[in-house]
Amino acid sequence: MIQFEAADDRRFWFYNSMHFPEPMSCFDMVTAEAAYCALGAANTRVHCLPTTLGIDHRIINGRVYIGGNAVTDPAQVERRTAEFHKRAFYYYENWERLYTAWKQKMLALIGEAQALPAPQLPEFEPLEHVHAGRGIASNHFLLDVYQKTLEGYFRMWHHHFEFLLLGYGAYLTFFAFCKRAFPEISDQTVARMVAGIEAEIFRPDEELRRLARRAVELRVDATFRDGVPAETIIRSLQQVGPPGEEWLKELATSRDPWFNINVGDGFYHYHRSWNDDLSMPFAGLPGYIARVKAGESLERPLKKLQEERRRLIAEHRELLGTEEERTAYDQMIALAHRVFPYVEGHKFYCEHWYTNLFFNKIREFGVLLAAHGFFADTEDVFHLTHYELEAAIIDLMNSWSTGAAPRGPAHWPKIVAERRAALGVWAKHATPPALGPVPDVIDDPAIVMLWGITRDSLDRWLLADGERESDEIRGFAASNGVVEGTARVVKSVEEIGRLGKGDILVCQITNPTWAPIFQKIAGAVSDIGGSMSHAAIVAREFGLPAVVGTGTATSRIKDGQRIRVDGGRGIVTLL
Amino acid sequence: MSCISWFADVGLQDRPHVGGKGGSLGELQRAAIAVPPGFVVRTGAFEGFLAAREAEAPVRARIEALDADDLTAVAACSAAVRRRFEASPLADDVAEEIRNAHARLGGPHGLTPVAVRSSATTEDAIGASFAGLQDTYLWVRDAAEALRMVRRCWGSLYSVESICYRRSRGLPEGAVSMAVVVQTMVDARTAGVMFTRSPTTGDRSVVVIEGAWGLGSAVVGGEVTPDRWVVGKITGEVSVRDISDKRIRHAPAIGGGIETVAVEDASRRVPCVNDEELQRLRTIARQVERHYGCAQDVEWAIERASAEVLLLQSRPETVWSAKDSAPVARAAENPISHVMSIFGGRR
Repeated sequence: MIQFEAADDRRFWFYNSMHFPEPMSCFDMVTAEAAYCALGAANTRVHCLPTTLGIDHRIINGRVYIGGNAVTDPAQVERRTAEFHKRAFYYYENWERLYTAWKQKMLALIGEAQALPAPQLPEFEPLEHVHAGRGIASNHFLLDVYQKTLEGYFRMWHHHFEFLLLGYGAYLTFFAFCKRAFPEISDQTVARMVAGIEAEIFRPDEELRRLARRAVELRVDATFRDGVPAETIIRSLQQVGPPGEEWLKELATSRDPWFNINVGDGFYHYHRSWNDDLSMPFAGLPGYIARVKAGESLERPLKKLQEERRRLIAEHRELLGTEEERTAYDQMIALAHRVFPYVEGHKFYCEHWYTNLFFNKIREFGVLLAAHGFFADTEDVFHLTHYELEAAIIDLMNSWSTGAAPRGPAHWPKIVAERRAALGVWAKHATPPALGPVPDVIDDPAIVMLWGITRDSLDRWLLADGERESDEIRGFAASNGVVEGTARVVKSVEEIGRLGKGDILVCQITNPTWAPIFQKIAGAVSDIGGSMSHAAIVAREFGLPAVVGTGTATSRIKDGQRIRVDGGRGIVTLL
Repeated sequence: MSCISWFADVGLQDRPHVGGKGGSLGELQRAAIAVPPGFVVRTGAFEGFLAAREAEAPVRARIEALDADDLTAVAACSAAVRRRFEASPLADDVAEEIRNAHARLGGPHGLTPVAVRSSATTEDAIGASFAGLQDTYLWVRDAAEALRMVRRCWGSLYSVESICYRRSRGLPEGAVSMAVVVQTMVDARTAGVMFTRSPTTGDRSVVVIEGAWGLGSAVVGGEVTPDRWVVGKITGEVSVRDISDKRIRHAPAIGGGIETVAVEDASRRVPCVNDEELQRLRTIARQVERHYGCAQDVEWAIERASAEVLLLQSRPETVWSAKDSAPVARAAENPISHVMSIFGGRR
């Protein structure tokens, strides 16, 4: 991993709090390394973005800082523009075909990862391997599986960025047009004109609603009560005979693949998936079941949503001043609609499904290494970098082959303990939003697109300290409406049980996995996220006032405090 | 020919005879938008009245001879003309017709207060924001008073500001005439103005609504800082809510006319329009804009008893319409090339 060095002081860096809100453990930094390797390749070498190359990253105390590499030489820009036309334009023109192929590639990659066996070291090589003349012993497959796991993860990120910048670019082209034509239009309104109605991102919650309906139909709904652990519910269902078994079959259908979403954004090993921890989806079931029993259908009103989107598009078009502008509008929104299924859909395959498989495979190595005395806890494996982990695995392979003790058990526990302590300390450090000389303008399209960072937003962050005196916290207006209520500052998913009806959720990051509890709460505030983030889209569907991207909400709002959320203006007031 | 027209019988094309305000109110009523009922004293009545005055001593010729920069002369001439107008009686047939119409408007007892409003033929035209130069008289209690106010409105065509406005632009006096609107006075709980295009950014996707307690004259005259809302024209989202300290309101005075009274403490910082009313205003704003086919400045009132929204005036927005020039974006031969606005860097 690339640590910050003295020479880096001369460059401008900003803290990527959007993807890395907490200090990273050593292994998790692979997410930065793999992602920036692929992002840079797509920008610099594949599509040849005219004015920007890749994104550099540096690690300081577990925090990921990033900086762009602008292309400023006009001759270079011209050369790259010619290449961009040949490459990116081809993608736009053949988007549907290439995106269909992309999904096939991703499913194949997921299939490969699922096919990798669990790493194990038997005392004696299984007889059938010997008789089959396999000729390769089990210890070799540790390295093989590990390297394939890592290779697959790096490859996944190339797929991730194959379309991403082009997709965001087409969306932002339309977005910027709307902002020029309608200077006061809200980000949410533009997002609603483009957002898909049947995107993958809505599926997990839809599956949950379906399971609630099925529970009522099968008359097993009484089993689902607030505060009862998921395992207890599943055990009860196994005991009630056919209807219970039938519901569990339905659950299995939903889980594969739709419960492969993790409760974060895919950058931390401890943001587990619904499949790994059923407490999140199960927390939403009693509420949905109550609504089914009250006669609600819980079906998303697709027709109504489609009609609403069509109306927004047509009526804004009508407001434009000239036919010339209307034609340009039609062209831009058509392109935005073309790219948006990828923009919305890719996360499910990449950051959620594949990433869960990846971290769980590493977890299997953690189990094996812990069993051989390398760690006290299987999760300690995530305190090693991916280079160190390979060394530890080879150490174990070697000791299995020689029959002598590995070095690891004497080496790693002390390091792991130090690193765990460091993460605890770093988490308490204030993290400067930017380092180095602040540029006058930020017009690197990659940075503006992916992080929404402009000179204005930087100024806002840099002023955030001065704001502490006031009783207002500002963020992005994500979902309209004003609500007052009791703040519940929730740091992890385990705490969701503390949320009562009418509470306001205050958390670092919300994503679609939080949807089940959106039915319960009155509003949501997050540290991280933009107004076109999925959290914002889901909040809007629930008609829930939400302010995202405040930067400081979880540190400034006290649990139990009364707050007012103005989702239309992006302001949270401490009462 | 009658010198009176009811709103239902006139529209924008009748402006040469009913003036800008009269034409606009008729047009709104035709578009099925609620306005307080009323009629227009057509320009013919003014022309007849003026002809009688010209017969006594020249009016228009004296005005045309004035220099807009010579304020002393303008003021002296204005005062003289207005004195003559107020001192001269209406022709009997005209007075009779207005009295009858007023009686119809005011019910069997003729007790409903009315507003008597100037409606010049040059006002409210696109490109010539002529509004506000002539007089309006509110809460006029009876027919005799209304007749007097009609003559005052006519006289206000010769206010110092109006004369200067016309002289400085060289408008011939013969091209300017004056109708007068007489309509039921709205007992407004709340009133104000709205713009179907943001006055600050020119955005066509929002309706900006300003309002305060009581009659709209306090808002239009700038005597109170109104509450202000910005509402998405299409989405209905309220993106700005600026609730101000509304210290005063205009209320009907006991003896007729209006007076300024203090707003009771408990109401000063309370929004004077609720969310449901904001949405009704937005709907009306869209209806009006669609009907006219261009952005509008609108005066509105919410009646105290019925909570009904009534429009008092609508005229084309002039500031931003004049600024629109370069299109926001042009159609592209290859639609994909639009992305270069993002990827191509600053130019």
